[in-house]
Amino acid sequence: MKPCIAINADNLSVGYERQLILRDLNFQAAAGELTVLIGPNGCGKSTLLKSLARVLPLQAGKVMLGDQDVHHTPTKKMAQTLAFLPQGPIAPEGLTVRELVAQGRFPHQSLLRQWSRDDARIIDKALAQTHLCELAERPLTDLSGGQGQRAWIAMVLTQDTPVILLDEPTAFLDLKVQVDLLSLLHQIAHDEQRTVVVVLHDLNVAASFADHMVMMRAGSVLAQGPVNQVFNAENLKAVFDLDSVILTDPSTGRPICAPQCARLLAGSI
Amino acid sequence: MRLFSNPMQALPLILVLLILAVLLHLGFGAKQISLMTTLNAFINFDAQNFDHIVIRQMRIPRMITAISVGAALSVAGALMQGVTRNPLADPGLLALMSGAAFGVVIGASFFAIEADIWMPVLAAAGALAAAVLVALIVLLAPSGRSPAVLLLAGAAVTAFLSAFVSGINILNEESFSTFRVWLSGSITADAIQMLPYAAPWLVGGLVLALVSARQVTVLSMGHEAATGLGVNATALSIRLLICTVVLTAAAVAMVGPLGFVGLVVPHATRLLVGSDYRWIIPCSALVGALFLLLVDLAARIVMAPVEVATGVVTTLLGAPLFVLLVRRVL
Repeated sequence: MKPCIAINADNLSVGYERQLILRDLNFQAAAGELTVLIGPNGCGKSTLLKSLARVLPLQAGKVMLGDQDVHHTPTKKMAQTLAFLPQGPIAPEGLTVRELVAQGRFPHQSLLRQWSRDDARIIDKALAQTHLCELAERPLTDLSGGQGQRAWIAMVLTQDTPVILLDEPTAFLDLKVQVDLLSLLHQIAHDEQRTVVVVLHDLNVAASFADHMVMMRAGSVLAQGPVNQVFNAENLKAVFDLDSVILTDPSTGRPICAPQCARLLAGSI
Repeated sequence: MRLFSNPMQALPLILVLLILAVLLHLGFGAKQISLMTTLNAFINFDAQNFDHIVIRQMRIPRMITAISVGAALSVAGALMQGVTRNPLADPGLLALMSGAAFGVVIGASFFAIEADIWMPVLAAAGALAAAVLVALIVLLAPSGRSPAVLLLAGAAVTAFLSAFVSGINILNEESFSTFRVWLSGSITADAIQMLPYAAPWLVGGLVLALVSARQVTVLSMGHEAATGLGVNATALSIRLLICTVVLTAAAVAMVGPLGFVGLVVPHATRLLVGSDYRWIIPCSALVGALFLLLVDLAARIVMAPVEVATGVVTTLLGAPLFVLLVRRVL
């Protein structure tokens, strides 16, 4: 089992030139939990994830994974602890599923230490976890959207890191496919004690799977905490300017958001 | 589409074809020489035998030149396609070649630098300047980094530098006669004289490319994904740019600007071994050598005894592929 590593980001400021996108932001995510980031378009959730993943430089603050400073550790060493899947990644044309998934072993290899039996075992495990064994030799371009996204997640799993960050891995996928992907991520977080942070768009999908929820608006965190505490009508109004009623799923006890619209309310009278 | 699911299976085929091409290249030409005579020229050299002299002094130098230049340009093209994630990238189309030619012509015309040892240096300086110019145009373009903008920037810089070179040649008769053949890109037996000076660049560039191959695959998935996998994308891009410039410079110093080799060969190689640069880079070097041997053979025998300039043949073969790729990509 991997060591559990939490994310602690303190006083992050991130931005281009003089325009800060994130200002003095604090963020935590714990091991063994699925942390979900939500917020309206342009609120800076992708920017936060990229800053956590050292894709964007910080203007101020620091990001710690356990005792490693993400922005001041050699990037290849960091990639052994931290995996990042950007939004809408594009694979080079003609790569097969297995070849893509195998790239996840990159940070563990060097010119002298190339393929080992361990690598092959980890690749096979990730293919099995994502139900891609039968498609392994197919070119990525033959896959459906959901299958392709599973292949990228398999690559990230193959990186075999205690911390995983994913930027909208379910964008443009059917609801059923989204549910399958998030079950997998939830399972990875809980069963393997990994720290998984996901940016999501769909509020109800987010509320169904999140352990810890972080709500962002205009570059800062408005609320973060266990999903049952944070996911309420007040916060959704503040973050999304959305009028809603929060119901409770009788089977799971999780919150569900029912959007309210003045027109429909009037009609029901 | 690819022909072999395991790249390992493609390697023997490529090697066998390469050996066949070497033998054909040595045996055929304005004068046909039998296989036995060809082999004897190596094993049992007779200084009185005219065929042996043709083999040793004309065909072997041409063969070595074709192999070196083919490998250099193909690897340069493969690297550029990986770094820019643009299947249309090529040292010729992105102006590195006209930059290299520009460097050599400027050096010779204005600074009277004509020693062979300086040719790769001038070519590299010109290629680097052209690459930086293209990159700047793309970075400053309002519509951003699309494949079309990159190609148009390359075309504009090529046109600009070629106009300069033509201008110099028109003003200077002597320069024109020196560079006329070289500027159209041709493999000649004389090109071998440049080999000792180009070889360190060639070997350095190829070694750097082979060592970086693993990282190129990761980089070809985009800067963000590459960072996630632990590649310093900016540092690697700069290293690969230098590698491309060095390889292009070595090739241009030997035979002049030879268009489309860097475009055609990596695509042909992908059909054989797929998209992992660990395979594309070494196999592009071999396929590039094979391609240029066959092109040079064709250039010598199609209109024998007149030789067609090698650059004319590569362009005739490459331009249609370019059109096909443009239709697919843009």
